[in-house]
Amino acid sequence: MAILVRVVQWFTDPAHWTGPDGIPTRLIQHIQLSAESVLIGAAIALPIGIALGHYGRFGNLAINISNVGRAVPSFALLVLAFQVFGLGDAPIIISLTALAIPPMVTNSYVAMQEVDPDVKDAARGMGYRELAQVLRVELPLAVPLLMAGIRTSAVQVVATATLAALIAGGGFGRYIIDGLDQQDYTKLVAGAILVALLALATELGLASVERLLVPRGMRLLRAPSTRRVTYKAA
Amino acid sequence: MPGHLFLVVYVDPWINWDWLTTHVHVFLDALQQHLVLTAIAVGVGMVISLPMGVVAHRWRALRNPVLTVFGIFYTIPSIALFALLIPYTGLSTLTAEIGLVGYAVLILTRNVVVGLDAVPKDVLDAADGMGYRPLARLLTVELPLALPAIFAGIRIATVTTIGLVTITAVIGLGGLGQLILQGLVENFHTPLIVATVLSIVLALVADLALAGSQRVALPWSRSA
Repeated sequence: MAILVRVVQWFTDPAHWTGPDGIPTRLIQHIQLSAESVLIGAAIALPIGIALGHYGRFGNLAINISNVGRAVPSFALLVLAFQVFGLGDAPIIISLTALAIPPMVTNSYVAMQEVDPDVKDAARGMGYRELAQVLRVELPLAVPLLMAGIRTSAVQVVATATLAALIAGGGFGRYIIDGLDQQDYTKLVAGAILVALLALATELGLASVERLLVPRGMRLLRAPSTRRVTYKAA
Repeated sequence: MPGHLFLVVYVDPWINWDWLTTHVHVFLDALQQHLVLTAIAVGVGMVISLPMGVVAHRWRALRNPVLTVFGIFYTIPSIALFALLIPYTGLSTLTAEIGLVGYAVLILTRNVVVGLDAVPKDVLDAADGMGYRPLARLLTVELPLALPAIFAGIRIATVTTIGLVTITAVIGLGGLGQLILQGLVENFHTPLIVATVLSIVLALVADLALAGSQRVALPWSRSA
């Protein structure tokens, strides 16, 4: 219990809320690294997954990319990128982006595949062109699963960004890695709490974005989606 | 005569074969630790998940809360979980396994529930009509039909755990992850590259082996 008291003291110490190693600075670093990686990853993964799902092509590829992604250890990916690109944000963002892509490709493929074929036929019968059909009929119906993929990627990127501290990156991982190095368990646990809270906030925050984007008619069907790709990288 | 400055640049090759051939045992030890950590996690995970999944499936009121709570726990990064445990369980195998078993349970329970959910109502009615008692129906009708989904969960849990084990290098274990960390700390490419490749190969081989044993053990799931 003594450790918990010290952790509370750590959080209430104003010195930990300012300066280059303060919580606000580390939070911004963590969010920035994660957000850039997820956005770049989404810009690459979503068009691919949506197109493959819409045309129903290369389904094996879209599904298996997540299997391959699971097999590549995120820790190794970070260290390899560091050896190739050296110090700085570039190796971190490159490896986090690579990590973000597979779940988004797989889930956006599944999301588009699961749109009821009757609905697509009806849209076509009403005279929708292909692009309009994708944008105004299929995508709104695919939002829950599509967003589930983005959430999965974002949470995994936030988690793995913690490991970036091993290759001299910033973010909350600094507290954990430095705490381990200095055998400062107070800092270690404080860092762990911050990382866990940020991951949870990412999951819940994106879940509420999803709720705003889901068409009203679909909201009745709320239930934890079991079609969400199971993905844990860190 | 002015002193000549000789700058000796030692270029570390991506793989130093001489070093590798004399250090094979290092990789075998790491591989063994990796396999043991993974096997315990998935094995214990399965023992916990099967009854848990059955309960969550049986009592409908529990199903969504259980899956939601598990989903939230699953978002906690493994390194944060290890760090939270260290003051209590130290840099130990126990710390690693609490985390690894926990995540395996989250994956496996979900698949047990999904597998049981997918058993067709007609089959259940037929079993009831044939006079099956609830326990016999569960063991001889529902679970066999849920096994393909459960097996899919075992494959995902195994491959995921093999990846997560590398992260336990940070708490002094790691299996192959230990060699990845060594490559980073010593700026030495050979253990990094070889351990990374071995880890990926291990995950893919484990996945294929499980897929193969599923085909043999569950012939009824071949078309699925």
